[in-house]
Amino acid sequence: MDPILFIVFLPLAAAIIAGLGNRALGNVAAKSVTTGALFVSCALSWPIFLSFLGGHAEPHVVQVLQWVQSGSMVFDWALRVDTLTAVMLVVVTSVSALVHLYSWGYMAEDPDQPRFFAYLSLFTFAMLMLVTADNLVQMFFGWEGVGLASYLLIGFWFKKPSASAAAIKAFVVNRVGDLGFMLGIFGTFLVFNTVSIPEILAGSPGMAGSTIHFLGMQWDTMTILCILLFIGAMGKSAQLGLHTWLPDAMEGPTPVSALIHAATMVTAGVFMVCRLSPMFEASPTAMAVVTVVGACTLFFAATIGTTQWDIKRVIAYSTCSQLGYMFVAAGVGAPGAAMFHLFTHAFFKALLFLGAGAVIHAMHHEQDMRFYGGLRKHIPLTYWAMMAGTLAITGVGIVDVFGFAGFYSKDSILEAAYASSGQAGLFGFWMGIFAALLTSFYSWRLIFLTFYGKPRWAGSEHIQHAVHDDHHGHDDHAHAHGHHDDGTAGYRPHEAPLNMGVPLVVLSLGAVLAGFVFHHEFISEGTGHFWKGSIAFAEHTIHALHEVPTWVKWAPFAVMLTGLLTAYQFYIRKPETPAQVAAQLGGIYRFVYNKWYFDELYDRIFVRPAFWLGEKFWKWGDIGLIDRFGPNGAAWVVAQGSRGAQRFQSGYVYSYALVMLLGLTAAISWVMVH
Amino acid sequence: MTGFPILSVMLAVPLIAALACLFSDAKSARWIALLATLVDFALGVMLWANYDVGGAQWQFTESVALFAGFSYKLGIDGIALLLIMLSVFLMPICIGASWLSIDKRVGEYMAAFLLMETLMIGVFAAQDLFLFYIMFEAGLIPMYLIIGVWGGADRIYASYKFFLYTLLGSVLMLIAMLWMVNEAGTTDIPTLMAYDFPAGAQKWLWLAFFASFAVKMPMWPVHTWLPDAHVQAPTAGSVILAGVLLKMGGYGFIRFSLPMFPEASAQFAPLIFALSMIAVVATSLIALVQHDMKKLIAYSSVAHMAIVTIGLFAFNVQGLEGSMIVMLSHGLVSGALFLAVGVIYDRLHTREIARYGGLAVNMPKYALFFMVFTMASVGLPGTSGFVGEVLALSGIYQLNSWVAAVCGTGVILGAAYMLYLYRRVIFGEQKNADAAAMPDLDLREWLMMVPLAAAVLWMGIYPESFLKPMRQDIASLDARLARAKPASDAKLTAPKPGAAAEAEHEPAAHGGAH
Repeated sequence: MDPILFIVFLPLAAAIIAGLGNRALGNVAAKSVTTGALFVSCALSWPIFLSFLGGHAEPHVVQVLQWVQSGSMVFDWALRVDTLTAVMLVVVTSVSALVHLYSWGYMAEDPDQPRFFAYLSLFTFAMLMLVTADNLVQMFFGWEGVGLASYLLIGFWFKKPSASAAAIKAFVVNRVGDLGFMLGIFGTFLVFNTVSIPEILAGSPGMAGSTIHFLGMQWDTMTILCILLFIGAMGKSAQLGLHTWLPDAMEGPTPVSALIHAATMVTAGVFMVCRLSPMFEASPTAMAVVTVVGACTLFFAATIGTTQWDIKRVIAYSTCSQLGYMFVAAGVGAPGAAMFHLFTHAFFKALLFLGAGAVIHAMHHEQDMRFYGGLRKHIPLTYWAMMAGTLAITGVGIVDVFGFAGFYSKDSILEAAYASSGQAGLFGFWMGIFAALLTSFYSWRLIFLTFYGKPRWAGSEHIQHAVHDDHHGHDDHAHAHGHHDDGTAGYRPHEAPLNMGVPLVVLSLGAVLAGFVFHHEFISEGTGHFWKGSIAFAEHTIHALHEVPTWVKWAPFAVMLTGLLTAYQFYIRKPETPAQVAAQLGGIYRFVYNKWYFDELYDRIFVRPAFWLGEKFWKWGDIGLIDRFGPNGAAWVVAQGSRGAQRFQSGYVYSYALVMLLGLTAAISWVMVH
Repeated sequence: MTGFPILSVMLAVPLIAALACLFSDAKSARWIALLATLVDFALGVMLWANYDVGGAQWQFTESVALFAGFSYKLGIDGIALLLIMLSVFLMPICIGASWLSIDKRVGEYMAAFLLMETLMIGVFAAQDLFLFYIMFEAGLIPMYLIIGVWGGADRIYASYKFFLYTLLGSVLMLIAMLWMVNEAGTTDIPTLMAYDFPAGAQKWLWLAFFASFAVKMPMWPVHTWLPDAHVQAPTAGSVILAGVLLKMGGYGFIRFSLPMFPEASAQFAPLIFALSMIAVVATSLIALVQHDMKKLIAYSSVAHMAIVTIGLFAFNVQGLEGSMIVMLSHGLVSGALFLAVGVIYDRLHTREIARYGGLAVNMPKYALFFMVFTMASVGLPGTSGFVGEVLALSGIYQLNSWVAAVCGTGVILGAAYMLYLYRRVIFGEQKNADAAAMPDLDLREWLMMVPLAAAVLWMGIYPESFLKPMRQDIASLDARLARAKPASDAKLTAPKPGAAAEAEHEPAAHGGAH
């Protein structure tokens, strides 16, 4: 049997066992089954990736089961393995396995652990089905499957109203994108008469320049198909307009944020655009749309990231922003760079989230950075892990020597955007440069607020609770926490346990080395041997990318340094500056701090009108109009006819039977007469 | 199987059991009903196993001439087979759902259900126009009784509405049938399906049948009987109403309107599309603001049935097959959802959503099943709901992108109202002590849920089992409709030669579009 079958279906089997076994199975058994399955999947995935890396593996498809055959619409359950899939396989299974392990520690006190681990494994299965899809409909299956798992995990603490609200929001906003995806699939089927991805990609260049009507307007065929599919990608990858669910998704447990809302699921949109890159290549307009949407998102999300106080929300907006970079790369014809950033980002962003989880764990569920400070000495492992993640995301590195992961991948995106020389590409480049400054600023801001300065823990309710409980629990220790004037409130943060520490260390290695080790395969000239045609990454694009002027290569470094120094000035040297700046900016600051008022806007124009319309359709339409002039009106007429509605109603069955009988008698006698 | 009148036996078993129930006490009536429905289910499985896919169009035919051309004539094709399977599958579950909750006039109740089973199978198996008519109309009488006698507080108003709507439709349909028999000189349905009625007459005949089927579906705006009927009906009544009775409307379209009046069907397709688009948007929004669980699911049924109608009138294989799968799926899923409501109604005697909350804590098994059926209702891939929805919508997209896009919003709205329901009932704090004290599913309830969940997943993962029997029938219907097929609004043009290379320099090609 092909190993891909085990890679994909072991997590499903583990999810079923842990989910149905639940409490009867017990915590340890459920956790062992799921985590074990994931480590096996991971161990089987790396050899596949390495064999593609070595250039001696061939793309192939493993048929599993017939799915639907309806006229010419045929699609099956099948697993496709090529370079693009192999990259995703290692990303998904590695991060998932580490997150499973991490959750042993993080969720240790939760009463519902089997359910949690079952959901995690179910998610991994759906994600693997997505990345191995050979047809658009199976991709959609994985797409919606990860949506379901995301919904279940965001709402995992279902007693919290905010968690179940966030869960619904995530599902419904994603469904808006999914409608675009579905219409894209239908349109693709209409044009190509197939939903098989290789066949569509083969046919795409030949359809360039044809036109089609959609919603009464004439469009360039490939443009409208790509835009519809891209709307799906925008939903899943939280791009501007359909991003509102991602920050709220932070209601889920932090390991979930690391796995789903940073490393894997949210990158599905990028994966889709890369998988279909030959299709997008057939429409320059669609490519420009992808670039511009990505550029707007990376800028907008980065601005919000600079103002948030909740440590997870900062990283969430950072994720949103980094996804924008990936779309810029895909939009300027460099899907290799997009996939490379997806690959490195998975490691350093999962690391940042798990590190944030370790901080939250240490700080007794406090997530507000205003109540952190000075943690570097108390939780050194977490501190160094977060440092590795920050060095990676801000792209620290020296050209041609060594850099952390993001240095290679992000810079290659900016270079590709510059080299593309189209207007959209240049827009992406300048937005990307400015956002890189903001990225550096908000990332270092996070580090400085959390790990440097004096402890500000005393103001935190969570910490107060912890200390309070501690006093009650152990009266004899009370004197140890006697003086509170150092800002600690007598609280002692505790470093992450071993099962949380190991994933941090492994991911730190990824954040430090992933760029340096793999940049040659992903984005260097002659990379065709690696990609083997699984993405449309033209050799001349790669060439141009490496031939950009020197200032373009150094610009990201310059803005990174600027961001770092600004953050240092703001949060270490003169901590009173941020408030002054915020006050000076006034309205602009409030606009950004309130996330550009997207939630308020959508509430006004979508949510409330939907409920209002529902109410009106019901009370005015159904009851006021249809019933009033329909059945109730008829009853009134009957009642006026002096027979009385009461008698009429009580005898309705007999009247009905009589009418039917009379009719039939008439019918039969009429037929007999003929 | 040759010579064994299996269809007649399937009609006779529940009928005889119904008579027996009338003269039995409560306990034996329950067992008789359960046994009879299980026997019919077993016969149904035999029917399916012996159905020759790719064989004759009409199988298991029986014919006894009665008088004046009116005959007792049975026979099924793949479409009828699947709907009969749905009926006999849901029936034992309905009996199970009524096991404890019905405690007055049990014998008569079971008799009504068994009689309905006979009539439902009769509708799908009848090959004679008047035999169909009798079954089609008489099938509603036991339903009236079930709502009117064993229903809730407002049962009289509900059954009155039900009656009024159906009466209007059935009278018009009967008149149309008489005209048709006169014109074609036969009451044989297969013959009529191939008969070419004059285009002028088709219009009126189509409208007359439409009046009846639209009410049964139900289509907007003749749907307002459905929420009331569901709310007042006992649980099993709702299950069978949503599960099978609504499918008679869709069956009517696919058996009569489309093959008998292809030109009129094409002509009136825009009417169907308009009503369906309104139905999807309006009833989905109405479902969003409901406080009564059954009403919510009833309104969602109207929205789902609109997907059936657009698929049927897409004039292509995907649309037709998709509609059939939506019908089967909706039969299972809405039946299961009404059953799920019944489970907690039996415990707390209220359908008010606000009275529940936090059931995931005390009823985890129930929460799991409810989740499966909720996801099937919103059409998650891997469940039955998706297969039907994606085929039906892709079918209509080929004809008209507007209809596909507007009806596609049901995908978003459906998720909104179902998850909002799930959140209020299953998630959240346990704010009501009596709801928090409810026990989880017992064995009887578990035995009813498991087959439904299994069927929903089966149809979602391997729908070939259900597509295969009807493939040939759908293909021949598609072939018959081909001559009237409306033009697609896509107007796809061929690419210009060498376009791939030029595309970059030709903004004018799509300039007019934006």
